[in-house]
Amino acid sequence: HGTDLCRHPSSKKTLCRSQLFQSHITTKTAHTSSQVSDHEQKQKDSPRSLTMSGHVGFESLPDQLVNRSIQQGFCFNILCVGETGIGKSTLIDTLFNTNFEDHESSHFYPHVRLKAQTYELQESNVRLKLTIVNTVGFGDQINKEESYQPIVDYIDAQFEAYLQEELKIKRSLFNYHDSRVHVCLYFISPTGHSLKTLDLLTMKSLDSKVNIIPVIAKADAISKTELQKFKIKLMSELVSNGVQIYQFPTDDETIAKINASMNGHLPFAVVGSMDEVKVGNKMVKARQYPWGVVQVENENHCDFVKLREMLICTNMEDLRDQTHTRHYELYRRRKLEEMGFMDVGPENQPLSLQETYEAKRHEFYGERQRKEEEMKQLFVQRVKEKEAILKEAERELQAKFEHLKRVHQEEKLRLEEKRRLLEEEIMAFSKKKATSEIYQNQTFMTPGSNLRKDKDRKK
Amino acid sequence: MDPLRQSPSPSSSRASSPRTLSCERLGYVGIEAVLDQLKIKAMKMGFEFNIMVVGQSGLGKSTMVNTLFKSKIWKSTMPGLRVPMPQTLQLHSVTHVIEENGVKLKLTVTDTPGFGDQINNDKCWDPILGYINEQYERYLQEEILITRQRHIPDTRVHCCIYFVPPTGHCLRPLDLEFLQRLCRAVNVVPVIARADSLTIEEREAFRHRIQDDLKTHSIEVYPQKSFDEDVNDKILNSKIRERIPFAVVGADREHMVNGRCVLGRKTKWGIIEVENMAHCEFPLLRDLLIRSHLQDLKDITHNVHYENYRIIRLKESHALPQGPGWVNLAPAPPPAPTGTRASPGPAKMCRWAEDNSDEDF
Repeated sequence: HGTDLCRHPSSKKTLCRSQLFQSHITTKTAHTSSQVSDHEQKQKDSPRSLTMSGHVGFESLPDQLVNRSIQQGFCFNILCVGETGIGKSTLIDTLFNTNFEDHESSHFYPHVRLKAQTYELQESNVRLKLTIVNTVGFGDQINKEESYQPIVDYIDAQFEAYLQEELKIKRSLFNYHDSRVHVCLYFISPTGHSLKTLDLLTMKSLDSKVNIIPVIAKADAISKTELQKFKIKLMSELVSNGVQIYQFPTDDETIAKINASMNGHLPFAVVGSMDEVKVGNKMVKARQYPWGVVQVENENHCDFVKLREMLICTNMEDLRDQTHTRHYELYRRRKLEEMGFMDVGPENQPLSLQETYEAKRHEFYGERQRKEEEMKQLFVQRVKEKEAILKEAERELQAKFEHLKRVHQEEKLRLEEKRRLLEEEIMAFSKKKATSEIYQNQTFMTPGSNLRKDKDRKK
Repeated sequence: MDPLRQSPSPSSSRASSPRTLSCERLGYVGIEAVLDQLKIKAMKMGFEFNIMVVGQSGLGKSTMVNTLFKSKIWKSTMPGLRVPMPQTLQLHSVTHVIEENGVKLKLTVTDTPGFGDQINNDKCWDPILGYINEQYERYLQEEILITRQRHIPDTRVHCCIYFVPPTGHCLRPLDLEFLQRLCRAVNVVPVIARADSLTIEEREAFRHRIQDDLKTHSIEVYPQKSFDEDVNDKILNSKIRERIPFAVVGADREHMVNGRCVLGRKTKWGIIEVENMAHCEFPLLRDLLIRSHLQDLKDITHNVHYENYRIIRLKESHALPQGPGWVNLAPAPPPAPTGTRASPGPAKMCRWAEDNSDEDF
């Protein structure tokens, strides 16, 4: 009885009695790496639905979830791409009703750079960590071929950082500051004609990496009729070039209608301003011209309110979700495949990332061992050579020394010889001197005989 | 070199500047609407909760589960029609979907008949630990796939309710062994089963003795002290910790008391009302598990227990010899018998000095 494995086939209808009993045999090894087959998984997926006879209380679950999120705080990262002076900073200021940064940027940067700033905003009990990334110098160069590469690199770098954190052994994902770009506001200049080539290229290279929302900046430079034509032209160009911009989600009934209608208003024509102008008897944010006042929050004048609605109030969570489940997963898949990992091995056996990783690790380790060995050998060899050279030199030195010593010895002997000779001469001379002195003394005593003796002697 | 000319390298273009500015907002923006968005998303996806009940037979586990979720999750076994006692420990899992006010909850309950029923109960916790680790393993395998699913199905055990028999004395060796091992792997909530056999004073004394036992053996049951995040949590959780283990009574029959229909057990000397705080502490258990701490249970399982399992699992598969940079950074583990974790890996956290460089493939 205890070892029977009984499993009832289940049907997909949830109201059917499809109970699933699993009897686990007493497992000897503690953890079994079981790969649940798809079929089993599908069977488990159709549980029976139950009616309760009273109030249990788990309807507070969404609130528990929300409370936890409030505690953790939210993170939102916006990337603004557009030419210098097109109104990116002003629009962000207006969107979040805050004066973030004041100075204008120069037009003379030689390369496109990205500047990121993080701000902490709080509204009632919601804490938002907002990161604004601006492209500095976009579209200013004479040669714009490399303009979009830094942007792509930046986005990839954020994904990479998250991937690294996720792959760590000891990781802390729940308090990781998520810096992945959630939305890209692409600012199109209000020429009224069509998309610029740079815009098209940039959007094409970004659309698989980030949610793009195109906006027409400085929309007060276009008249209403021109605007309509412009919008239609833009959208048709985007579609015909296969650029995938972000579509507001229409699968949830509460927001489907409004999202669908907003989808028709893309791209939003926006005007940004933090200056206040008195209109009627209220102070509103607006831009004042001699011929009239463009009110930012007036829906007839521009689409700013729509943008704010869509970006923040309705779809912020969906933007983050899409970034995580679509763009990040795509990046991760590509990166891991690039590194040689696969899910399915040569015989269609499911390979685990773990095994591949391990295999690679072994490989690298082996490689490293081999290189170490090689270097060791090289080192030993060099040392030997050096030793040989030194020995040779030493021998030579020794030989020289010996030679010198010998020479020295000989010299010394010769000198000794000379000295001996000299001493003998000295002795002979002193003897001679002594005898001659005696002779002199004797000649003084007997002068005559000495002379005769001397003469005799001299003969 | 022109200071403005900087090619953004991956490390320098990370947006997290440690200096984050707090800004004064001048008006309403609408950020708090994100909470509603979260709620909508959560309601659409539904919730999952996996619970495991462990205890000897006859302690009222099945009845308790039925009472908790107010439905017939299992047919409670009557003595006469009982199936013969299982010879070995088995695990039965049952999954249901229950809905309340638009909130869908996929509930999985795992029962462990045969636990502690044999003559020789040595290592009876191994199958349970094995099951728990198997769920972690499944999640891990899903997580490290190249092409992952959008939403990984969560079968990990979020909470384990341990039924302590109402002896009135103290925790038995079997209880201690089991609790010690399981507290490291999963959130454990011990309860005093069949508390209607103890008077109120006996209950309190028993409870204090159990708390002392737990402290002596450094067994951390849920809510764990070390995971309290802020002051509010601490206050709330210490109130709960004072009452652990709850003395509960389970019942799935309704009786009339004072004109009301209540769940209770009818005896000759009175009716024990399950939902009455004066009679038993079932409401506390239900509130803890479902109404206030369900999300917290899931979070701790995901952030702590699963991560611990992952670390040990990823490390032990490195069968390479430990190189010269191997550093043991973990503090000494509390005195535990060998084989605390079901896996043979070391219980302490080991860390290679070149850990982070492992990931640069």
